[in-house]
Amino acid sequence: MRHLMSPLDFSVEELDKLLDLANDIEKYPEKYAHACAGKKLATCFYEPSTRTRLSFEAAMLNLGGSVLGFHSGDSSSASKGESVSDTIRVISCYADICAMRHPKEGAALVASSKSSIPVINAGDGGHQHPTQTLTDLLTIRSLKGRLDNITIGLCGDLKFGRTVHSLINALIRYENVKFVLISPEELRIPDYIREDVLKANNIEYVEMEHLEDAMPELDVLYMTRVQRERFFNEEDYIRLKDFYILTKSKMELAKDDMLVLHPLPRVNEISVEVDDDPRAAYFKQAQYGVYVRMALILTLLGIEV
Amino acid sequence: MLNISGINEGFVLDHIQAGMSLQIYHDLKLDRLDCTVAIIKNAKSNKMGKKDIIKVECPIEALDLDILGFIDHNITVNVIKGDVIVEKKILSLPKEVHNVIRCKNPRCITSIEQELDQVFLLTDSEKESYRCKYCEEKYINPNRRV
Repeated sequence: MRHLMSPLDFSVEELDKLLDLANDIEKYPEKYAHACAGKKLATCFYEPSTRTRLSFEAAMLNLGGSVLGFHSGDSSSASKGESVSDTIRVISCYADICAMRHPKEGAALVASSKSSIPVINAGDGGHQHPTQTLTDLLTIRSLKGRLDNITIGLCGDLKFGRTVHSLINALIRYENVKFVLISPEELRIPDYIREDVLKANNIEYVEMEHLEDAMPELDVLYMTRVQRERFFNEEDYIRLKDFYILTKSKMELAKDDMLVLHPLPRVNEISVEVDDDPRAAYFKQAQYGVYVRMALILTLLGIEV
Repeated sequence: MLNISGINEGFVLDHIQAGMSLQIYHDLKLDRLDCTVAIIKNAKSNKMGKKDIIKVECPIEALDLDILGFIDHNITVNVIKGDVIVEKKILSLPKEVHNVIRCKNPRCITSIEQELDQVFLLTDSEKESYRCKYCEEKYINPNRRV
């Protein structure tokens, strides 16, 4: 039985296969409409999430399966003090596959070690968010036609932004990917990503503070939100939350075919005036998120269509 | 010169960094063993200047020495049987350690999940760095000899 804890759980070949399947689902959705008939997905969300949970649920419903679950720690037995280990043992009796989001890092790994059904890590604190990474990879590959030979700018909260960490880990496996890391001093990439991932693998990267300086070079710009829930100190959050705002005038500095991605939800970091720019791909990205989760559910359940 | 008699069966842990013997005493859980233990602190050493030594008289299978490799793999472990050294154990960094150190990351699942083992995995043997199995928080041994 297979789980998904980190995007690196899949080899590059397995990932290619998964993304191919997602593209096939995009092209021929009716072919997959009953692939999971009779199967149940449990969405165990200990912290609030709109799009991740709904995209998992939409994915399972699109496959003809059904969904059950809870949407906050307060509405589950966690509020009564039940451990993750016990909860997953029980959920294993009710469902065929589980997507789990938990504020504590490593929670999904604990669940997978006690589970008798596949567990998908749908985000564990500031640690990993593999299905967002799969979404990002599918979006880039579908819209750019490749995952190698790209210069990608990662902008905003690079310290706590788990999507950024996961994406870097996934992209270094492709040839000639350059990273431009754009953040305020306080939200720079953690040293374990800089030292153990980028430097250790001789990956080309630069760190800078001004988004305008980076724009002309980029093939992909990945914007992130400064997340209130990752700060212990409200003052720091308020000072940093609007550090970057992508506007129409900044977009004028970019290549004609640059893609703007964002894991969403967006707050102020992308001005709404950018939404109509053909290079703004963040809503398409949300659609790709459903396709890739459909492909993932099929893969982990071992269902071939 | 302080004289402590030899042991019939057990271990002599030599070349312990001066000052570390009490920590090792606790980490090896020697306080739970009903056996003779001699702790020698600040003994003269040509190699180290000062060193600590621990002598333990116990059956040789009674101690889990893996943990010693984690604390300091430069410690010399002499295994004694019938009053003679029968083996000098070479310590190495264990691939993983269970319940020796606690993860300090307040966001880690180990901070709330009862009964969960604290597991650290060796990620860089050169730097002697370990990471929490669950949240990947880094741990570098503060007693590392550079």
